[in-house]
Amino acid sequence: MNTFFIILVACCFSCLIRAWLGKSVPDRMVAIDILGILAVGMTAMLAVMTDRDFLIDVALCWVFLSFIGTLALAKYLAHKTLDE
Amino acid sequence: MTWNYLVGMFLIGVGVAFNALGCLGLLRLPDVYNRLQAATKCVTFGTCGIFLGIFVMKGFTGFGIKALVGIPFLLLTSPVAAHALARGAHIFGVKLWEKSVIDRYREDRGDQPKL
Repeated sequence: MNTFFIILVACCFSCLIRAWLGKSVPDRMVAIDILGILAVGMTAMLAVMTDRDFLIDVALCWVFLSFIGTLALAKYLAHKTLDE
Repeated sequence: MTWNYLVGMFLIGVGVAFNALGCLGLLRLPDVYNRLQAATKCVTFGTCGIFLGIFVMKGFTGFGIKALVGIPFLLLTSPVAAHALARGAHIFGVKLWEKSVIDRYREDRGDQPKL
């Protein structure tokens, strides 16, 4: 279980490397979106490792927060504004 | 070491392997659209595998049911976000990779090809 968690942390660092290197703005947005979904999996695994069941509620909320954030970023990317 | 624990660890291992391959695709592929396709599919399926492994490990308790509820949430929200990002990137004007052969979305939007 600890090995899997370390692999997920390495995946998060690869997403951060892509967000740092990415040539264009949508590259960085994709990397941050994937980082959010990875964080959901890490939180669910942390709930099993520490055996505290409120952390899985945190994971369920994080799915929706990542979704709303990515939709706002995509809308800004397409129309250059957050109105309407 | 019960069977629940072993099968759950196997499913979590499959999910983590999919996550690692998706992040490898995010690092190595040449284009925004290729990176989006590889990373979103693999990471969504991998995280669903982790949730399914937790459900198998914990059974029908409150913990396991919450993990099972997370799978439809993830399967409904993540492809919508990926589609919105791809559409936004295309409208923003990101060029395709130079070895890409076809761009149907630009034909549908009616723009002239700008090279």
